[in-house]
Amino acid sequence: MSELTVDTGLCTGCGACVDACSFGAIALVGGIAQANERCILCGACVEVCPAEALQAARPTPDMVGESGTDTYRGVWVWVEQFQGQAGSISWEMMGQGRRLAQDLGVPLTACVLGHNVQHIAAQAIAYGADRVFLADDPTLATCRTEPYAAILVRLVQEHRPEILLLGASARGRDLAGAVATELHAGLTADCTGLEIDPDTRLLRQTRPAFGGNIMATIICPTHRPQMATVRHRVFETPLPDTRRTGQIIAVPAVLAEEKIAVRVADFIHESASLNLADARIIVSGGRGVGGPEGFACLRELATVLGGALGASRAAVDAGWVPYAHQVGQTGRTVRPDLYIACGISGAIQHLAGMQTAKVIVAINQDPQAPIFHVATYGIVGDLFEIVPALSAEFRRRLGRR
Amino acid sequence: MHAIVCIKQVPDTTEVRIHPETHTLVREGVASIINPFDTYAIEEALRLKERHGGRVTVLTMGPAQAREALKEALALGADEAVLLSDRAFAGSDTWATAYTLAQAIRRLAPFDIILCGKQAIDGDTGQVGPGIARQLKVPQLTYVCRLQEFDPAAGRIQVERLLEEGREVVACSLPALVTVVKDINQPRFATFMGVRRAARAQIPVWDAQSLPDADPAFFGLGGSPTQVVSIFQPPAREGKVTMLVGDTPADAAACLAERLLADRVI
Repeated sequence: MSELTVDTGLCTGCGACVDACSFGAIALVGGIAQANERCILCGACVEVCPAEALQAARPTPDMVGESGTDTYRGVWVWVEQFQGQAGSISWEMMGQGRRLAQDLGVPLTACVLGHNVQHIAAQAIAYGADRVFLADDPTLATCRTEPYAAILVRLVQEHRPEILLLGASARGRDLAGAVATELHAGLTADCTGLEIDPDTRLLRQTRPAFGGNIMATIICPTHRPQMATVRHRVFETPLPDTRRTGQIIAVPAVLAEEKIAVRVADFIHESASLNLADARIIVSGGRGVGGPEGFACLRELATVLGGALGASRAAVDAGWVPYAHQVGQTGRTVRPDLYIACGISGAIQHLAGMQTAKVIVAINQDPQAPIFHVATYGIVGDLFEIVPALSAEFRRRLGRR
Repeated sequence: MHAIVCIKQVPDTTEVRIHPETHTLVREGVASIINPFDTYAIEEALRLKERHGGRVTVLTMGPAQAREALKEALALGADEAVLLSDRAFAGSDTWATAYTLAQAIRRLAPFDIILCGKQAIDGDTGQVGPGIARQLKVPQLTYVCRLQEFDPAAGRIQVERLLEEGREVVACSLPALVTVVKDINQPRFATFMGVRRAARAQIPVWDAQSLPDADPAFFGLGGSPTQVVSIFQPPAREGKVTMLVGDTPADAAACLAERLLADRVI
C-alpha cells in the first residue's frame, strides 16, 4: 500500500506532524495522528515526528506496473512559435535542454510545429538542437491543442524520449496538459529549476507552489517521458551558433482539418507594451495611481524604457487598466530584469507575482509600505512628480547613448 | 443545458505564513476558500443557466470538509453538488485528479459544458482542466476571458482566450471544456435564501466504488506519475532596500537612473 501509516502505539499525539504538514493533511483524531486525502506523501511529517511513529510508503515501480523506463532516451523541447516567430521561452528551454542532454549523454531534439516555419527549425539547431522534428502543415498554422497534441503524442510513442520540456505559457500549459494525459506521463508545471540526479538519471524538477510561499522538488520515477513546463525568463537564452549542424526530419500532420473541432476565427493583438511574460522591463501601477488617467505617465515611462505596463489587482478591479495587465496571484507571474512599482503597497498576492524580478524599484508615498521590503531601490514621494522626472532623465540619457 | 463546474477547496494562500523554525506552511487559522478562479467558473455557469435554462452541477474531490466549498456553490445558485471523497483518491497528482474527476463527469453526463478555473492558487498548475478534457475526449478551450457565443441547441461555442500576445477568438462544437480567467465576469454574492437552501442540501459523497467503470489502479498515488520529494522555503530575496533621496524629484530620479544603468538592467 502506498500511504502514510501511523503506528498508534508510538504516536504520542504531540501534533508536531500537524504543524509540519504543508497540505493540511494530518489531524489528531482521538489524540492520534491521522492523514486524510490531501496527503501527498511528501514525508515532512516523518522527519519531524519525535516518536518515529510515521512512515510514508511510496508506490514502488512494481506497484505502479510500469517498467522499461530505461528504454526512453533523449531530451526534447517543444519550440513554441506564434505567427512564424519563435517565443523567447523556446530558446531559454533549449539552453536547459542542452545542459540536461549533456548530463545524460543523450542528444537534444527540438519539435517545431507550424506552417512555413522551416526557418525556426534552422534556428533550433543554432540554439543547440542535434535533431529537429519539423511538422509543417496548413492545419498547424496556429497552435491548436488537438492537432499539436496528436503530433507530439505520436512522436513520443515512436521515439521514446526520457524528457519533454514545454514553455509554461498559455499555449505550452494547455498543450502539455493534453499530451501528458494521453501518455500517462508525469507533468510538473512552471518549473524554475531542472537538474539531473546523477545516480538515478531522474529529472529533479523544482517549482514554486502556494503563491510562491514554498518550493517543491518533484520527480517522476516510473513513467516516461518526464514532462515539465518551464517558467519564462528564469533561464538564460543561449547564444545561437549558426555554424552548428543538425538533422531536420520532416514529419506529417496527424489530424486532417475535418477531424479538428476547434477553429480559430480571429486574433486580437494587444499593443507591444502588453507582453508581460517576455518583458525585460515592467512599469507597474497600483492604487496610488488614483485613476485611469494617472496611468498616462507610467505608460510614458514604459515607452521610454521599451518596457511593458503592469498593474496591481487594486488598479485592475477599479477598472483603470484591463485585466491582461494584472501582475500577481490572480494575474500573471512575471520575472523581468527591472520592475518599477509605482503606488503599489505590496500586498502578498502582488509580491507573489513579481518578487523574483532581478531589480525592483518601489516608488510610494508611504515609507511603511511592504513593497519596500522586497525592493532593491526605494523612493518615498509623489509618483506624479518622480515618474515624469524619471522619463525625462532616461529620455536624456538613453538618447545620448 | 447542463453545465458541470469543477472546483477545488484551497487554503487562502494570502493568509499563509511560513513557520520561522520548521519552515513549513502554518495552516492554523487559515481559512479554506473556493479557489478564486473557480468562483468565476461558477458564475459563468450560473449565467448560462439564466440565459438558456437547465441546471448547474458542481463537483469537487477532497476530504469531507470540501463539502463546505460545495455548499457555498449551492448557495450561489448551483442546483446539485457531488463530493468525490475516498482514501483511495489520496495523494493524487494532476493526472490522477483529472482521471477521477473525468470518471465522475461520465456519471453526470450528458453535459453541454464543463467549466473550471484556469488553475488553483495552491498548486498553480492549470493541468487538471486539460486533463479532464483529454480523458473525456472533448475539445478544451483554456484561459477564456469572454464567452462570445454559446448555443447548446446548435452545439456551438465561441470564446476569446487570453494569450501572451493578445486574445484569440476560437470556436468549437459542444460539449467542450472551458477554463476561465478572472476577467470573464464579476461573481455574485450568495443570497440569504440561497444560503438557507444550501444549508439544508444533502450532498452525495461518491467513493471509489461509485465509479464502477474506473480502473482503481489510476486512482490516488498509484495513478500519479509525479512524486513530491522535498518541500522547502524559497530563498529569501537577497539584500536590503537602498532608499534614494534627493532635494527634488529630479534629483531622486537622476540618482535612480544612475543606479539602474550601473546595474545594467536598462
